[in-house]
Amino acid sequence: MSAPPLDLQIINALAALLLLLSFAMLSQRRIVSLVNLLALQGLMLTAATVLLAWRTGETHLYLSALLTFALKVVFLPWMLHRLIRRLEVYWDTEPLINIPGTMLIGVLIVVFAFGLAQPIAELASTATRSALGIAVAVILLAFLMMITRTKAMSQVIGFLSMENGLFFGAMSATHGMPMIVELGIALDILVAMLVLGVFFFQIREQFDSLDLHHLETLKEGD
Amino acid sequence: MTALNWLGQFVEVLVALALAPLFLGWVNQCRAWLQNRSAPSLLQPYRGIHKLFHKDAVVASNASSLFRIAPYVVFGSMAAAAAMIPSLGTRLPFTSAADAIALVGLFAAARLFLSLAAMDVGTAFGTLGARREMMVGFLAEPALLMVIFVASLMTSTTALPLISERLMLQPLAIHASLLFTAVAFAMVMLAENARIPVDNPATHLELTMIHEAMLLEYSARHLALMEWAAALKLFNYACIGLALFVPWGLATGAEPLALGQAVIVLAIKLSVVGAGLALIETLSAKLRVFRAPEFLATAFLLAVLGQLTYLLQVAR
Repeated sequence: MSAPPLDLQIINALAALLLLLSFAMLSQRRIVSLVNLLALQGLMLTAATVLLAWRTGETHLYLSALLTFALKVVFLPWMLHRLIRRLEVYWDTEPLINIPGTMLIGVLIVVFAFGLAQPIAELASTATRSALGIAVAVILLAFLMMITRTKAMSQVIGFLSMENGLFFGAMSATHGMPMIVELGIALDILVAMLVLGVFFFQIREQFDSLDLHHLETLKEGD
Repeated sequence: MTALNWLGQFVEVLVALALAPLFLGWVNQCRAWLQNRSAPSLLQPYRGIHKLFHKDAVVASNASSLFRIAPYVVFGSMAAAAAMIPSLGTRLPFTSAADAIALVGLFAAARLFLSLAAMDVGTAFGTLGARREMMVGFLAEPALLMVIFVASLMTSTTALPLISERLMLQPLAIHASLLFTAVAFAMVMLAENARIPVDNPATHLELTMIHEAMLLEYSARHLALMEWAAALKLFNYACIGLALFVPWGLATGAEPLALGQAVIVLAIKLSVVGAGLALIETLSAKLRVFRAPEFLATAFLLAVLGQLTYLLQVAR
């Protein structure tokens, strides 16, 4: 039994760390730390992309790594931090399911995702195909986070984390999407963040809080 | 050859018994340095035990015989565990006597006796400590088993010495799963040995103490045995961690030279582990008792994640 090459080992380790960060985000109550974890996840993603680009020699992956770094490690966390300061939301309310419960559901989700990705991964021909299961798990865990949290801020962070998972999945299964698609997604996220930022202020003005439960009552004066 | 093997085994237990208080002293010293206090002597735990052995024992009038037996049982099971854990060599007679699951059972038996003895006299503190200890224990045990199972999966055996031997033979590679389980093991070790995020070994404040609350009724030689057993437990956990995650340097025979080398390597590894332990304890704050389940659930989760990532990256 011989060990796989070092760069592949590092990519696999980074994938595992990505999964770990998803769980850390599930268990985190402070929104500032959530943003920091998101930035760290982006950094892991950048590192994995650079390593994969170096390994496969595909130059467009360097570009998408640069894009990931600029957008997900620098710009979006900076913007989220600014929003947090201006909206003064530092703590999330208690999630719908308590945190150990969420973590246990998370473990079940990971098992489900690994099972789901197994047959797909066998079809892929890339060396990093085993990371596909982790990508699916990251996406589903971000879903779980969006479902269990009530504050708009943490739901947006869950959304961004889901995008990280999607990007990683595309990268590990097919060595990245075509450049034009990647650029489109990056632009989408950027615009979505800007719109959501405006949205936060509107929600707060209307309801005096960022709790999205208020949006569930459709009639005024209930 | 067998006589030499038994001699090696004897040396291993002797080293464990002798080094355990020293290891505790080293952790305390590092912690004091990190917290800018003047450190107690390395030999302070020995002095404490020596002093306690020379005092007259006072036992509560309504204590049953269980209360008197418990220190010997606890100390005995810790010493037996020290014989089974491959801290020096992997081929010594006792190391094949039990696998890792039996070892966890041995720790559980010691915990049971400790808790029963604490409840025996019927004081409020003893009962409180015993109940908290049982809560921490029942959450820490599955996490510890999961940690061991990850290593078992990699080496297809549950015997601790075989696990270390096979890990030593494997090619050097980054195992994300072992990284996760190492963190999980560190968390279990802190919780099981009443270290800071879960319990504070240096407090007698009723709201926070767990382990100390159980020992309040003990005095003299009983207390000395209990404290020695606690030091031995910390030493045993450190040695399990070393056997699972950094097995290099263990002796695979019983030649005096190899064993001597193993003792030196063990001392170096333990001094690093002790410093790391002191660092973690200094950096983290004591958790509320109600947060302890969350802490241990995280440890369990990390171990399960380690197992899952291992299965994912191998079964393809």
